[in-house]
Amino acid sequence: MRTTLIVARRELAAYFATPVAYVFIVIFLVMLGALTFAVGNFFDRGQADLAPFFTFLPWLYLLLIPAITMRLWAEERRAGTIELLLTLPVAMWQAVLGKFLAAWAFAAIALALTFPMVITVNVLGTPDNGVILAGYAGALLIAACYLAIGAALSATTKNQVIAFVLATAVCFVFTVFGSPVVAGFLADAIPADVLEAARRISLIGRYESVTRGVIAVRDLVFFATFIGFWLYANAVIVDLRKAG
Amino acid sequence: MAAMIEAEGLEKRFGPVVAVDDVSLTVARGEVLGFLGPNGAGKSTTMKMIAGYLTPTRGTARLCGHDVLDDPIAVKQRLGYLPEGAPTYPDMTVTAFLDWVAAVRGFRGSERRSRVERAIGLTSLHDVLYYPIEALSKGFKRRVGLAQALLHDPEVLILDEPTDGLDPNQKHEVRKLITAMAPEKAIIISTHILEEVEAICTRAVVIARGRVVADATPAELAKRSRWHNAVTVVVGADQGEIAAMALRKLEMLGTVEVGARGADGLIALSALARDGRSVEGPVRTALATVGIAPREIFIERGRLDEVFRDLTMREAA
Repeated sequence: MRTTLIVARRELAAYFATPVAYVFIVIFLVMLGALTFAVGNFFDRGQADLAPFFTFLPWLYLLLIPAITMRLWAEERRAGTIELLLTLPVAMWQAVLGKFLAAWAFAAIALALTFPMVITVNVLGTPDNGVILAGYAGALLIAACYLAIGAALSATTKNQVIAFVLATAVCFVFTVFGSPVVAGFLADAIPADVLEAARRISLIGRYESVTRGVIAVRDLVFFATFIGFWLYANAVIVDLRKAG
Repeated sequence: MAAMIEAEGLEKRFGPVVAVDDVSLTVARGEVLGFLGPNGAGKSTTMKMIAGYLTPTRGTARLCGHDVLDDPIAVKQRLGYLPEGAPTYPDMTVTAFLDWVAAVRGFRGSERRSRVERAIGLTSLHDVLYYPIEALSKGFKRRVGLAQALLHDPEVLILDEPTDGLDPNQKHEVRKLITAMAPEKAIIISTHILEEVEAICTRAVVIARGRVVADATPAELAKRSRWHNAVTVVVGADQGEIAAMALRKLEMLGTVEVGARGADGLIALSALARDGRSVEGPVRTALATVGIAPREIFIERGRLDEVFRDLTMREAA
């Protein structure tokens, strides 16, 4: 675990070594604020909660999370440093987990900086802070899912743009499968069983129930399995590249 | 002498291309193995497989008795590896990078500091400690890579072109460093520079199109050269004709090559020994009988570059 954290610490520091971290955080906060207040009618709703905030969050993540993960492996491969990393006494799972944890920590920092929202609703009214906390938990979970997808796909290429596009596309697929709009649209074309299976592996439904404050063990197990699967895929992909 | 590095029938295919074909070699403690070959011969690929970065298609390697496929972590703990091109994290400073490598290698507290300092001392990085690595010259980057490989004082060193991009003084320093460490370690270096092989390697392995074509000491390789034991004499230009005629009468000589007349009015003649035998005595006698006293006379040990060309081009034809 110690080695994992050493890997993670370097990776996290790398975000802040370039302007990437600051650009990301500013864009994330500005866009989230704009969506919540302008599109989500934060004030006009007359309710002291963060529902619009958490509704828009996954869609913003869809665009921004791949930007966090795209460099994780692609940049190592482009610069050749992957050869250094993998010839140090670091086990594959430690490298994979360390990078994932660093990206997750970074996403958590960006998310934590939305705290003025929480203060605002608490000043304006008396929200259910338990639900808000659950919302943040849900946000961290869906971020972790997107990060795990993005990290694995970053290992498939040495081009960061390709890594970004792939991750956005795959995250999008896992997100929209659950949405009623898409389900309705596909209902005629796709057998009901397939649609049901797709809905079960979709992220958005489970995310919404967590952010409503319904934290079911079933959903937590799903998220853990989903993340675990993509981290495993990540290790397999890196290993396959080693085999040439 | 126990073998510390053993490669056994290493083979690497990239699709239909066979990059490395059945390469076996062993290196014992105290040996410095020079790994030679033209670009694309499979040097780096072989080293990557021994270091555990690439998985061989067939065969395996053992370091200090640990199999690189079965126990990669044990191998990596004992190995100092400078990958091709000396990759390092460009946005880190030199100290931050070395400190991180030391942390990954499990060193803590004061030992970590002393390890990092020792590596910095060995590679003379004092002046650039707080520079981001991306701001450094090629030579410094290479030395950071070298410092990283030496940090844990490993038993086995695999260095892919350790002196590439260094100026002659730095090359000399690195060679001195390798020679000084050699008695304690088993070392493989790859290089294009043949004089480096003669200077620091106890053995040379020549590889061409993925196969080992020679495995011998540099001296043994030099003996294969037709220039082995060739005698070159420098005489006055007016005596060149007579000297050449006298030498050509000698049975034991292969060819006698007459050089161009130099600006100093001297001319060099090279007499190649037919079987690589020593011919200095007969050459001196032959010249003395025609009354020529050479200004200079020297004996060649053989030309590695020529042997290298012969070995690596032979199959291509």
